[in-house]
Amino acid sequence: MSETKKFLFVNRKAPYGTIYAWESLEVILISAAFEQDVSLVFIDDGVFQIAKGQDTTELGIKNFSPTYNALGDYDVNKIYIEKESLDARGLTVDDLLKLTYEDEDDDWAEKDSIHVVSSAELVDIMDQQDVVLSF
Amino acid sequence: MGIEVNGKTLETDEEGYLTNLNEWVPEVAGIMAKLDDTELNENHWEVINFLREYYEEYQIAPAVRVLTKAIGKKLGKDKGNSKYLYELFPYGPGKQACKYAGLPKPTGCV
Repeated sequence: MSETKKFLFVNRKAPYGTIYAWESLEVILISAAFEQDVSLVFIDDGVFQIAKGQDTTELGIKNFSPTYNALGDYDVNKIYIEKESLDARGLTVDDLLKLTYEDEDDDWAEKDSIHVVSSAELVDIMDQQDVVLSF
Repeated sequence: MGIEVNGKTLETDEEGYLTNLNEWVPEVAGIMAKLDDTELNENHWEVINFLREYYEEYQIAPAVRVLTKAIGKKLGKDKGNSKYLYELFPYGPGKQACKYAGLPKPTGCV
């Protein structure tokens, strides 16, 4: 077994219009498939990536937001949302996808993956990582 | 490259995956399997159908570790293990089964 590192993916941009959100999600899935310790942060317009009810028909682009629901299966269950970014956009956690995972150590109980944190708390989270990648 | 299905040629990429997911019909799986000298039985189909449902729900083909776990949950522990899945799909359950199911190669598959 190779070395496991703590990876944090920082998602800052709106889901469509640029390729960043989708590229980030692909790297996240690949990192998780290689059994790395993966955490995600959504800040700024990045919070829209996991907004509920996305409809891309007019854009002619695939709506990849259902893929975030698979993160629990990939053991990616540390998903942080910056509170200040939600507030600035008039959003609450109820406007976001309900992302959950099943806790193997707790009889597969379904638990929330999403944690709303302050900007100050994010600093600590970033401090604990081996690798921080910004998209 | 392409494969011949019901008198129509469906385009495939250099590794034999369908270029256009929407062109998939069940016959595709059987024809692709024949090219690999494999005869599909209902156990193969269970996995192929599972993958198509997974893709429908999540818009991705799952990594093999995730597939194994999910199959175990849905079809039972005796099927949710790599030995069982590799016996069915010796070229790799992710790669081979996804190909027959008309899905892209799993993300993170090298």
